[in-house]
Amino acid sequence: MDHKMIAKQFLITGMTMGLIGMVMSVLFRLQLAWPEQGFPILERLLGKWAPDGVMDPSIYLALVTIHGTIMVFFVLTAGLSGTFSNLLIPLQIGARDMASGFLNMLSYWFFFVSSVIMVISLFVTSGPASAGWTVYPPLSALPQAIPGSGLGMTLWLVSMTLFIVSSLLGGLNYIVTVLNLRTKGMSMTRLPLTIWAFMVTAILGVLSFPVLLSAALLLVFDRSMGTSFYLSDIFIGGQVLEHSGGSPVLFQHLFWFLGHPEVYIILLPALGITSEVIATNARKPIFGYRAMVGSILAIAFLSFIVWGHHMFVTGMNPFLGSVFTFTTLLIAIPSAVKAFNYITTLWKGNIRFTPAMLFSIALVSTFITGGLTGIILGDSALDINVHDTYFVVAHFHIVMGLSAIFGMFAGIYHWFPKMYGRRLNKSLGYMHFWLTFISAYGVFFPMHFLGMAGLPRRYYTNTAFPMFDDLADINVLISNFAILGAIAQVLFFFNFFYSMFRGPRSVQNPWKSNTLEWTTPVEHIHGNWPGEIPEVHRWAYDYSKPGMDEDFVPQTVPLQAGEPKGH
Amino acid sequence: MNTFLVVLVVILAAVAIGQVVRVLELSSSVSGKDPNAVTDADNNRQGWYMMIFLVGMLAFFLWNTYDAWGTLLPKSASVHGAEIDKLMAISMVTIVLVFFVTQPLLFYFSFKYRGNSQRKATYVEHDNKLELLWTSVPAVVLAGLILYGLSTWNTIMFKAPAEDPIVVEIYAKQFGWNARYAGNDNQLGDAGVRNIAGANILGVDQNDSKSMDDVVTTELHLPVGKPVLFKFRAQDVIHSAYMPHFRLQMNCVPGSVTQFGFTPTVTTAEMRQDPHLQAKVENINAIRNGRGDEPYTFDYVLLCNKICGSAHYNMQMKIVVETEEEYNNWMREQKTFAQTL
Repeated sequence: MDHKMIAKQFLITGMTMGLIGMVMSVLFRLQLAWPEQGFPILERLLGKWAPDGVMDPSIYLALVTIHGTIMVFFVLTAGLSGTFSNLLIPLQIGARDMASGFLNMLSYWFFFVSSVIMVISLFVTSGPASAGWTVYPPLSALPQAIPGSGLGMTLWLVSMTLFIVSSLLGGLNYIVTVLNLRTKGMSMTRLPLTIWAFMVTAILGVLSFPVLLSAALLLVFDRSMGTSFYLSDIFIGGQVLEHSGGSPVLFQHLFWFLGHPEVYIILLPALGITSEVIATNARKPIFGYRAMVGSILAIAFLSFIVWGHHMFVTGMNPFLGSVFTFTTLLIAIPSAVKAFNYITTLWKGNIRFTPAMLFSIALVSTFITGGLTGIILGDSALDINVHDTYFVVAHFHIVMGLSAIFGMFAGIYHWFPKMYGRRLNKSLGYMHFWLTFISAYGVFFPMHFLGMAGLPRRYYTNTAFPMFDDLADINVLISNFAILGAIAQVLFFFNFFYSMFRGPRSVQNPWKSNTLEWTTPVEHIHGNWPGEIPEVHRWAYDYSKPGMDEDFVPQTVPLQAGEPKGH
Repeated sequence: MNTFLVVLVVILAAVAIGQVVRVLELSSSVSGKDPNAVTDADNNRQGWYMMIFLVGMLAFFLWNTYDAWGTLLPKSASVHGAEIDKLMAISMVTIVLVFFVTQPLLFYFSFKYRGNSQRKATYVEHDNKLELLWTSVPAVVLAGLILYGLSTWNTIMFKAPAEDPIVVEIYAKQFGWNARYAGNDNQLGDAGVRNIAGANILGVDQNDSKSMDDVVTTELHLPVGKPVLFKFRAQDVIHSAYMPHFRLQMNCVPGSVTQFGFTPTVTTAEMRQDPHLQAKVENINAIRNGRGDEPYTFDYVLLCNKICGSAHYNMQMKIVVETEEEYNNWMREQKTFAQTL
């Protein structure tokens, strides 16, 4: 029930799911680069779905669906937020544990069961859910439309329902803990940016996940009780269905009301971790602390009123398109503030390139690159021609997938000593970073061009259209980088598990960091601090402060005579 | 047996790496140093890698652009598409400029301020002027892009309906398309899935007098320069009618009718003469020739761009844009709905 143990459970489960999601991506990249060519590994892994090693079109769709679901929810929501909110909230605010240790434990076990069900769904005869991770009905509602919409989709819905329960239990707990259990002196403006990010993320989750639950419930009703929330006027398999009067677009509204905040549920914790890692390793205060908090709040607020940009071409009233274009492009402003503040934090710093720091800098790079293409996609007029093409795939993988996973890696490298009392191997970390970073851009950068050539996403093969034949080379390049990137993760997994047991022991504060978690003993104890909870006297970012002996001043050090009060 | 060997090799390799790492760590802890502490030499090396990466990334960007240029879509073949292309060009130039300013700053600062144990960082908390600058400049640039984008969107979506557009229904089902022309009265007859029977695959209402002159086809022919109003319907799941050459896309949603108005400006024959497209087709045919495939002749095409089932990847309809005379000749050869009954 200890929050540190729950954090580790979230991490290991998230990493396991991440491994599954990554292997899936390699499998469908094999298909995309070398269609019609048989790969024994596909036959071994997919069995009847890949006769002679060539995968079947339905299983291709199942793979992209489950890859998306696992990465978005299981790795980058639960794996990222679950791990670091649990680990850091009590430690960084000076609390002995979460407000409710029991709810916290429930949150993990709901997540665990939900993961198990999602994995089980891979083994049902009719295949797992295959309607895309956004599970738009009617495709997801009708097994006649695609086999994965049978039992596979039912399991998907059950799994996601449990997932939402887990996320709500966790989120409420995080909010209450941050608001109520801060130690003496830890005012809101002294909180490390990690905690701000985790708290705002939890608020987003609490407000938006219930809407996904309602969307899922209505889908369950349509699927098994004959209601018509999303279904109307359908002729399939030679007969007309009874359903009448529903609208599939309603589902999209409900889905994206969660779906867009979800992007920031994924991204904000990564940005929070990056703020902390960059400040610590640049040995400089994070530039513009208040602006950083303000931009987190602004992004969070805006994230609720932009969902329609996923739906510009659904036929909804074009006036709504105009409104959503306006609100969507506004997000670029707080995002630009964050990007420039990160860059300025590096300016005149004294940068220590730990693997965590490298991943954080990489995050800023991908956040900028992916954010910029958002300006294209958020513009309704431009979206008409690149909507649902590889341009979108490139955009969201870079801005959300890569940024968030880099944030997660940064967090793991930075707080590994806190979690396991040991150090990760530095050289393996460097190798892991460079291979990952290079292959990440190598995979997703060229995809922009595929999109601008008009190539739709979720195509099992592009050979049905001769006009796409000249894109085959680019697809081979992308797949090669994808395989390289996947192999690079072997270094990480090895480093992680090896160092967990055999790594050199860590000292109490290996990064010379200011925040409270490094004042706890290396060995985990229940309650975190053996004696009194320390009192906080300053903000978390007094790095390289003039007049101090060391280049860091932990938050527990009282103000010195003559030191201005500041934060 | 093979599986067993592979597993064995993987395990042995892991053990081997583990031992090497162990030896390295032990040897440096014997010399009294923390093997995982970041040294000045590390900072120096990683700082240089940052610079090398920056150069490599920008070079990759440029090479990619150069390499993929010929594969991009040819010039737009519709009136509104030209507007979209202009907006796209301006937005692209803007974001590429920002990319080429911010990425070098990020990696150059990482390199320039790489750590050194002799040095201390400069303590800077914030600077209101700077922060105001990078709040207001993006705000102004975005305001420009938003205004331009919205005015383009409004002309595409809200422009006064052209007098007498040719009304064509685009009908989507797993996994194919049909077109239904409104016929001489230029009014589509009522239709619904409940009327589907036998040859009446689109569910056209036989009791509606407007239906009788409707024309159902498997190819989409359009006269150049004439406004067209598409009405989209879907029979089973959501599809998306995507015509990249016209910069046109609209979802086809079961239970409702969506629409998109546009005017094609370039005939298929004219487009085949476009130099960019000719180079692209030549390149494609070189590739196809190498594989022993039939040569490819360019045609406009309608694709499905919303996941709709296992054959989603192969749901297409040929589009022909031609002179009005050719169009009328083609239309005369088609059977009306009444004739097919």
